[in-house]
Amino acid sequence: MIDKIFPDARAAIDGVRDGDTVLIGGFGEAGNPTELIHALIEQGARELTVVNNNSGNGEIGLALLLRERRVARLICSYPRGSHAHVFETLYRDGQIALELVPQGTLAERLRAGGAGIPAFYTPSGVGTALAEGKETRTFAGRDHILEHAICGDIALIKAEAADRWGNLVYRKAARNFGPVMAMAAKTTIAQVRKVVPLGELDPEAIVTPSIFVSRVVPIADPISERDHILALEQAR
Amino acid sequence: MSWTADEIAAIAAAEIPEGAFVNLGIGQPERIADFIPAGREVVLHSENGILGMGPRPPAAEEDMELINAGKKPVTLIPGGAFFHHADSFAMIRGGHIDICVLGAYEVAANGDIANWTTGKDGVPAVGGAMDLVAGARSVRVITTHTTRAGHPKLLQMLSLPATGRGVVDRIYTELGIFKPMGETYRLLRAAPGETLDAIAARTGAPLRQAD
Repeated sequence: MIDKIFPDARAAIDGVRDGDTVLIGGFGEAGNPTELIHALIEQGARELTVVNNNSGNGEIGLALLLRERRVARLICSYPRGSHAHVFETLYRDGQIALELVPQGTLAERLRAGGAGIPAFYTPSGVGTALAEGKETRTFAGRDHILEHAICGDIALIKAEAADRWGNLVYRKAARNFGPVMAMAAKTTIAQVRKVVPLGELDPEAIVTPSIFVSRVVPIADPISERDHILALEQAR
Repeated sequence: MSWTADEIAAIAAAEIPEGAFVNLGIGQPERIADFIPAGREVVLHSENGILGMGPRPPAAEEDMELINAGKKPVTLIPGGAFFHHADSFAMIRGGHIDICVLGAYEVAANGDIANWTTGKDGVPAVGGAMDLVAGARSVRVITTHTTRAGHPKLLQMLSLPATGRGVVDRIYTELGIFKPMGETYRLLRAAPGETLDAIAARTGAPLRQAD
């Protein structure tokens, strides 16, 4: 019997190694796998390369992983933010490497990684500092730059519901990077609000099919980043 | 008397035609969602996987899993859809978005835009801007006419690193609506009480009256 359900986040996170590339879903607060990131902190892997759209908010989740100095390099489109002080301090002090990537290129590099496409050409970024050093080629009279796929050792994502095979559905804009990161990693771990019996998810509505998911952890009531940030602001 | 931020958003919203697919960037452009004229069907796209984004909800209905590019709570209108990031940017990069409205640090008369890095010690952040300027059919900018220090943001040439080259076709500021013409700007409409000469004095390239 296939059963990918793990009892808790710490058990599911086992096997992450120093130097691994970790894909972490989420955009703003929506879709952040905060409990999985906390389990990764407890697990102890270091010198990680993390791929995330942002750079963590407040002092939980990715921000806490950064503060614990587990991340050597962040691949990211938008590391700036009103609650991104942990990253900003590390960056200004030269304590973390940043690879800044246009957001669509980031999503497509992950999709390509999951689809077995090693690289692709895109016009995004042409003529800017982010195109420097990249191969260029002209198609239909327009310049394009070569961008390489991103593959992860581990993906940590958050979804709304799963079955024991690992089929996933998401909620609203919390879907964001989850589906492409699930495709692009050797091991994908999803935290979900609920686990439902096999066959209960509408096959027409499954967003991430089970083939892309390795482990599932039910977290019924995940930490609210908004509540955390409000508490931080009140404490100041 | 210059336009307020809400008036600029309403003016930019009024220039969006029925049926358009429109992406709104972070900051001032987000306000456009609150000012789509009643009865006009416009489909707002948010880079984080939303088509059919509606205005801000009342505080009691805020849902942090239904947020815009600026990470603020929004709503979904009937007909709206959610999708993942690669599909969202396929809409942008594949040329399916009719109009995008971005904020900017600087624009140039040749249509260049800078909005991702101040080139100094701040943290750079590109987000979806480079994809939007490469993929959207019409790139529009909402910005203050001058910096906090009073320097023009509508320039002859960019001083900051570019987000895109030759892409901007309309600029909304508190002083008016402008079109980059190559080496000059054209004043399409002045805010009430503003004159060509008064605006030109705060613009970094020659300004001409629309025909």
